[in-house]
Amino acid sequence: MMWTKEEILALLAKVMDPEIPVLSLLDLGVITDINITQENQVMVRMTPTFSGCPAMEYMRRSVEETLTEAGVQDFKVQMSFDKPWNTNKITANGRKALQAFGLAPPPVYQVVPDLDILEHIACPYCNSTNTILRTPFGPTLCRAMHYCNNCRQMFEQFKPL
Amino acid sequence: MNELAIKELLYTLADNQLILGHRNSEWTGIGPILEEDIAFSSMAQDKLGHSLAFYTLLHELGESDPDTLAFMRNAAQFHCCHLVELPIGEYDFSLIRHFLYDHAEAIRFEYLAQSSYEPAAKVAAKLRGELKYHLLHANTMVKQLGNATAESISRLQQSLNYAFPYALGMFQPSPYEADLASSNIFPRESNIQAQWLESIQKILAQTQLQQTAVHTISPVLGGRLGQHSEYLQPLLDEMAEVINIDPSTEW
Repeated sequence: MMWTKEEILALLAKVMDPEIPVLSLLDLGVITDINITQENQVMVRMTPTFSGCPAMEYMRRSVEETLTEAGVQDFKVQMSFDKPWNTNKITANGRKALQAFGLAPPPVYQVVPDLDILEHIACPYCNSTNTILRTPFGPTLCRAMHYCNNCRQMFEQFKPL
Repeated sequence: MNELAIKELLYTLADNQLILGHRNSEWTGIGPILEEDIAFSSMAQDKLGHSLAFYTLLHELGESDPDTLAFMRNAAQFHCCHLVELPIGEYDFSLIRHFLYDHAEAIRFEYLAQSSYEPAAKVAAKLRGELKYHLLHANTMVKQLGNATAESISRLQQSLNYAFPYALGMFQPSPYEADLASSNIFPRESNIQAQWLESIQKILAQTQLQQTAVHTISPVLGGRLGQHSEYLQPLLDEMAEVINIDPSTEW
């Protein structure tokens, strides 16, 4: 049978970020192209989030396993910098999932992220913006650490890139 | 396209990122405070990711695969500057090195993102966002400790004086510099050095640290041409210790 782009999208919607298991790779925005050739070969293009992120190779393998399990026989998953990722590519759905997971979503920015947007990030627990950036480096490359002066808790943010 | 010139440039960029990445990773587990331990470890991971991206471009130009390039060459085949090879020393030295290096690296990535050599431009355009966090970190810590106590100021000052001749060695020109500049692949190192001086001075002016007059200091050169400090080969041996046990193993 011939695969359609919609069917492949539906399969990939179930592949989750290994470190943030509520966020699908589609909502994360790392799947940049799905193309099905006339010979029924499925081509998936992905782009890295942070260049040194050890989860990228894992994500690529998860995509391959998902396609294999669904019975896609001929496929190719390629990593490319052609359409570079940034945090604006995280979907509205993905942002909601991050918030519910206790991880403050990255602010959407215009053109180039100014690091001022790291200040006064809304606390994912109490929504207060009376918060301060403690350190731009956290438990994974994509997270910064903040402190909420209102509910007096440290919280993590998916940092803007 | 001058392939030799591009390869030399990519090796220099990749080797600097790889070696400083490894040095930064030596802080994992022994950082002076938890946040700094995590910061140096995260920056190490980023820098290894950057070196991987440049080694991948070299592989696409017909060089060996990235792991072989990173782990199976000897010191004379490396193009990194002496600054990145030096041992981590105490925290003040590692902080100053990171400050001096990343200000230069941020300027390099901005130029590279405009390069007429498109594969490198794409990589740089993507990676420069990560470097912003390295600069933010370096500037925050240098401003804090450069204005804190007599001890923190004098420690940073000594490290700055010690590191400066090595930092000037970052700007050793490529043997192909004229080609790279005329074909809009990469500007002359003297341009980068001039911008770098302005860039670090803006931060140092907000501290109690003094910067010596640059023209009185001789840069430590040679790294780009394969002449290294005594510290590089032992580091490479350590990095390749596991792969050398059985180079044919599949990981």
